[in-house]
Amino acid sequence: MTDMTAATPAKSPSASEARTRRRNASERRFRLMGLIAVAIGVLALVGLLVSIFANGASTFRQTYITLDIYLDPARLDKSGARDIEEISKVSTFGYAPLIEDSLAAAMAERGLTGIDADDAADLISGEEPAMLRRYVLNDPSQIGETVEFNLLASGRIDGYYKGRVTMASAELDRNVSPEQLMLADELKEAGILTTRFNWDFFTNPDASDTRPEAAGLGVAILGSLYMMLIVLVLSLPIGVAASIYLEEFAPRNRLTDLIEVNIANLAAVPSIVFGILGLAVFINFVGLPQSAPVVGGLVLTLMTLPTIIIATRAALKAVPPSIRDAALGVGASKMQAIFHHVVPLAMPGILTGTIIGLAQALGETAPLLLIGMVAFVREYPAGPPEGFFDPASALPVQVYNWTQRGDPAFFERASGAIIVLLVFLLFMNLIAIILRRRFERRW
Amino acid sequence: MNMLSDAAAEKALVKKMNEVNYKMVGKDVSVYYGEKRALFDVNLGVRNNTVTALIGPSGCGKSTFLRCLNRMNDTIQGAKVTGLLTLDSKDIYDPDIDVVELRARVGMVFQKPNPFPKSIYENVAYGPRIHGLARSKAELDQIVEASLQKAGLWSEVKDRLQESGTGLSGGQQQRLCIARAVAVSPEVILMDEPCSALDPIATARVEELIHELRANYSIVIVTHSMQQAARVSQRTAMFHLGNLVEEDDTDKMFTNPSDQRTQDYIMGRFG
Ligand SMILES: Nc1ncnc2c1ncn2[C@@H]1O[C@H](COP(=O)(O)OP(=O)(O)O)[C@@H](O)[C@H]1O
Ligand SMILES: [Mg+2]
Repeated sequence: MTDMTAATPAKSPSASEARTRRRNASERRFRLMGLIAVAIGVLALVGLLVSIFANGASTFRQTYITLDIYLDPARLDKSGARDIEEISKVSTFGYAPLIEDSLAAAMAERGLTGIDADDAADLISGEEPAMLRRYVLNDPSQIGETVEFNLLASGRIDGYYKGRVTMASAELDRNVSPEQLMLADELKEAGILTTRFNWDFFTNPDASDTRPEAAGLGVAILGSLYMMLIVLVLSLPIGVAASIYLEEFAPRNRLTDLIEVNIANLAAVPSIVFGILGLAVFINFVGLPQSAPVVGGLVLTLMTLPTIIIATRAALKAVPPSIRDAALGVGASKMQAIFHHVVPLAMPGILTGTIIGLAQALGETAPLLLIGMVAFVREYPAGPPEGFFDPASALPVQVYNWTQRGDPAFFERASGAIIVLLVFLLFMNLIAIILRRRFERRW
Repeated sequence: MNMLSDAAAEKALVKKMNEVNYKMVGKDVSVYYGEKRALFDVNLGVRNNTVTALIGPSGCGKSTFLRCLNRMNDTIQGAKVTGLLTLDSKDIYDPDIDVVELRARVGMVFQKPNPFPKSIYENVAYGPRIHGLARSKAELDQIVEASLQKAGLWSEVKDRLQESGTGLSGGQQQRLCIARAVAVSPEVILMDEPCSALDPIATARVEELIHELRANYSIVIVTHSMQQAARVSQRTAMFHLGNLVEEDDTDKMFTNPSDQRTQDYIMGRFG
């Protein structure tokens, strides 16, 4: 080989050398630019994740105050008949003193004084009397017993242990005083006040502006889940059936070309347009209720369909024609060839497309705002299918909602909700990857 | 499909068919792909228990004619077939004919081995299953074994029937495709350059196999190799630019063809 090149008379060694150098230099330049591009992308992603986690990770820990509460029959059931009607007449105001008394007793036991019982009780979330009332109404036989409860500390106290509230800021704050913070420290020392994993964040519904500590994603998660169910159940069969028909059966003519172009365009339509459509058609014309997962699900289905159709058609196209020929050659009908051979081979692509479509739908906010999913919902929707028509929230909308509120504790919650949303999306993508691996076959 | 216009011609055809024992007959077969005409009034018969080789330069319409015989041209958008094609004297383009049934009677083996990406067993069992040829699992097992035997593949794969058909070598894959075609008990087997993707040893095996299959089936094979045509076929048809140049006994074609073009092609002067 070297002999041969040596034997070939080099026309102009310097010129060829210069060309080689230029070629190598341009290659290096291109590689460098690629690296820079990737670095920018990675940096942006890392920056985003760091900021979200820095703000939101603390959401998953929450300050609780553990108290033994005597469910005093004298207050809760004066008649003593354990009649649920009678008991339910006692409002949350009737329960607040129980907590107050219990806290006062606990403090007295440990010799903590110098703060009046009313102020001390403000350490505990205003949401908790309602919780206590639900507990009693759920199981009236507990009246007269002493039960241990983990009560949410108020947002300011929680913020104190997350660095949001300091002695100095408490001085200026109407909602909390330095004395209360000191009491919290003493309670912490006594083991009454603890910080632990925040399950309530996943199960509680949203809470009012003054009670960020009680705000949770329960209704939003359920609402999102209902919508995803509707989207999956509607868009997968419709999308796959439409794709199979268009790809395998429809004649190639003007009309199908037009349909094809329109599906591609539909995928690019801004999502808010689908929201307007949903408002006009499903709510104003059909008369479905506002804020209901069924409307959200229908709107998101419309949005997801083009994605699924495009992915499914690409997957069907990717199946080699030789497989169709093979099936037809042994006397399979067209339907049999498609459903026995082509569709199974296209399955990984179909499922991936579906999950990507679902993930998109899960994160979609704009159209849901238009159909009223932004409403403040405290009540859990019922189980499906009736629950599809009950008001609910959705994860991304809940994020949006919380970022609009004044208390910085809600900003923490919003970041926490984003983390939950990201975990869901990651999980869905993981499923897509696993399915793709499982179904992947060579031919 | 235009029926034969004059009854005399039909009678003559029937007479000839009875004489030479034709399995399939094409009369004045023309094929159009959209505007483009790919076959010009081809008259060609396929005899019982005979291997018929179709030869000719690339693009002359061999595959096109082959695909007419089991109506695989139906699957090509814009393809139109005119003329008369019969199987056992019945028009196969007749509206009464079920194309699925036709393809079960006229099987096909393709140029590139195309086993289903399923197990070896499933590859062979698929045809019998959709046509309801087996009433029990045992019967199906029997069909699978017999088909693989006929394709000369049984001894090589009997211990790994559940492994993927795509994991076999190219030659084995092609024999698997032949087993798959044989499994539905066809009467005619069409092969479109079945050895073009195979090495010489695998080719020899497939040729041997074609030789054995001839006892039970009528076979039409498209081939680019003159030697192969000479080795496996009894009748040879030469195509050129969409026309059937001539059709004769293979021996005669290769020693003393009547048409100059055949002579030139066989001598390798074009194609
Ligand atoms: N699906 C098709 N669409 C359009 N033209 C085709 C198609 N298949 C074959 N042809 C044309 O028909 C002619 C004959 O093709 P073919 O039968 O495949 O030739 P051969 O098999 O003899 O090489 C060629 O000119 C080819 O371009
Ligand atoms: Mg060909």
